[in-house]
Formats: sequence, C-alpha cells, structure tokens
Amino acid sequence: MDNSRRKFLKLAGVSAIAGIAAPAAFNSLLKGEAFASGGGSGHGEDKAPTGKRYGFVVDVQKFAADKDLAQRCINACHTTHNVPDFGKDNKKDEIKWIWTETFGHAFPDHSQYKKNTQLVDLPIMTFCNHCDNPPCVRACPTKATFKNADGMVLMDFHRCIGCRFCMAACPYGARSFNWRNPAVKNEDGSYKYIRRPNLDFPTRMRGVVEKCNMCAERLAEGKQPACVDACRPTDGIIFGDLNDPNSEVSKVLREKFTIQRKPALGTKPSIFYII
Amino acid sequence: MYDKGKIITGLIVFVGLITFPIWYGFGSAGHLPNPEKPKNAKECVEAVDYMRTSHMQLLNEWRDDIVRSGGTRAGITHDGTEYIRSLQKGCMKCHTNKAKFCDECHTYTAVKPYCWDCHIQPKEAN
Repeated sequence: MDNSRRKFLKLAGVSAIAGIAAPAAFNSLLKGEAFASGGGSGHGEDKAPTGKRYGFVVDVQKFAADKDLAQRCINACHTTHNVPDFGKDNKKDEIKWIWTETFGHAFPDHSQYKKNTQLVDLPIMTFCNHCDNPPCVRACPTKATFKNADGMVLMDFHRCIGCRFCMAACPYGARSFNWRNPAVKNEDGSYKYIRRPNLDFPTRMRGVVEKCNMCAERLAEGKQPACVDACRPTDGIIFGDLNDPNSEVSKVLREKFTIQRKPALGTKPSIFYII
Repeated sequence: MYDKGKIITGLIVFVGLITFPIWYGFGSAGHLPNPEKPKNAKECVEAVDYMRTSHMQLLNEWRDDIVRSGGTRAGITHDGTEYIRSLQKGCMKCHTNKAKFCDECHTYTAVKPYCWDCHIQPKEAN
C-alpha cells in the first residue's frame, strides 16, 4: 500500500513539473530563443528601430589599399578624446577606443578555412558597435552606460563605479578599464601619457571604464566623427543615419554586400563591413 | 583641600588655552575669500546670488541634460549673450584662473570638488 502511494506521488510530481514547463519551453523553441535571439540575422530581417539610428560602414578594402590609414584613424580618435598611451610595455593597461583586429578575431563566426591570405591578413578597424540591443547597457548597475535616442551607446563617466560588468557583457571587447590614472602629470605640468591633450575634452580618472562615444561632442557641433574625418579623402569609414533612406550609409548598404561582427548574438551592431 | 593653588592656576591656564581661538580672532571676521571676477565679462549665466549658492546644482543639471537627454549645448543669458553650457568650454572661458576664482572659496569652505580630476583647467598665468 505504501509503495503504490509513493509511486503515485512521484508520477503526480513529474507530470505537474512537465505541465508547467512544457508550454514555456515550446514557446521559446518556436520563437527561436534557443539560438540567442533571432539567430543569424542582422538588421535586415528584423524590424529596425524607428527614429534616428546612427551607424558606420567600414570599407575594409580602403584600409588594405592604404596601410597608413588605420593608424591615422586611431591617432585622430585618441588625440580628440585624450586617450592615454601607456606604451607598448604596458599592454594590459591599454585604453583603446578604436583599434585594428585580424579578420579571424573580428569575425570569429565566419570561416577562416582556406581563405585567401590577403583577406586573413587584412587589418579590420574595430570600435564600439553601438548595438541596437546593447548587452553592456543591461549589465550596467548604475546606468552609467545607456543608449540615447539616436542609437548611440554612451557613457556617463560621472556615474561609472568601475565594476566592469559592461566589459564582461560586451562581446566585442570594445571597452577599456582605467587601471591607472591617465591624467598623471610630469613636473613641468604636461601630461605623462597624453601626447597632445585636447583642452576642450576631459580626461578620465582611475577606476572608470571608457569606450568610443561616437564623437557625440563633435556631432553636437555638426561635425562628423573624428575617424570618419581622418579617412578623407577616401571613404574608408562612412557615417550616417541608418534609418534615413537618403543618407550615405543607407545608399552604400543598399548597393554593397556587408557583414557585421558576431550577428548570431542578436546585439544588432551598427557597424557594417564591406569586405 | 590639597594643592589648591596649583589646581586653580592650572584650570585658569587650561581654560585660557582652550578658548585661545575665540579671543584671538575676536572682533575680526578673519580672511574672507575674494574670488577674482572676470575682466572681459560683466554678467554670468544667472544672477550672482544664485551662482554663489547653486552653481553646483546648475552644473549637475547641465551635465544630465546634455550627456543623458541630448539637451542643447548652447545657452543664452537674460541680456542675450550666448554661452556654451560646459564647464571647460563655457565657465572657464570667462573665469580663466581656477586658483583665483574657484579655489578661493573652495579652500575657504574646505570643499574639494572632483571636477578637476578629469576636466582640464585653463592654463594659468602663475
């Protein structure tokens, strides 16, 4: 008698759990949540967010043609924003807003198998993707990282407590932590790690995370981002409103085949690469 | 009562020492801060009294509005003068000397704002 009651209770328990869990599991499978959100899709298949949505198109071939171009972009960005340079010996302290990656590191979900060497050796300009669905914003406990109305993922350095959750959340490694004080001064009052300080832009302090801010301060003055300007006269990086059908980026995106970094994660990056 | 003389003398000396700061500065208000006003500008973005008491709130409002809400960077005073709502690009264009303007009061009141940990102060003459 005892034995059969136990069996009955077991059976009842299992069927209760199955009854509660099954619809949820089926629903998530139907929606495709099992493979991130919207697996494999970029901007095209999903409904694009409305309003302004700033983005970049990087023409990788322009950087292949001009070997110096990447460095010019990096210098332009880093001088504009007082990004410190701790030298090659201190790689772990490095602060980078825009940098180059190999094809394999930038696009790990694309096959590298038997790809031509010209492609594999190509330096790819990488910077904050200003995702439509940014994981860093969700991870930030103080809302220091936030997405503004124009689709820019920005940082309010005043609010950053340096927990580095955003660094862990970003799948693109686009964030750097200030392990040291970047604004250390020499005896003569010049900055030790900032070669040509831009007196109109602040530095950061030790213990905050920083990243590309899409040159929000330049856009407010009606200028283009510093890296885009540095690419002139070539159109190595094109900037504009992705939702405006008449913008330069939209025209290029309509005409050329482009790829995004790690599209399967569903973050919907706003940087498109012409390979 | 033993050592009456010693104790009373000691107490008088003690009370004298402890109240020294009171009677030393008696009748004078001490060194008051005297921030140097800009020579090339006559009015600030708000009334002087408001700026004196609430400039920090104003700066916080500017920051939140511009950084987070996409607010305008240009401001305009009652008299129609245009200015930039920015510490580095706005305030410090008129108040060019941090030591003689900001520090004057901040040192007096022992307030240590961390603005200058990041924001670059204009080059001072000294």
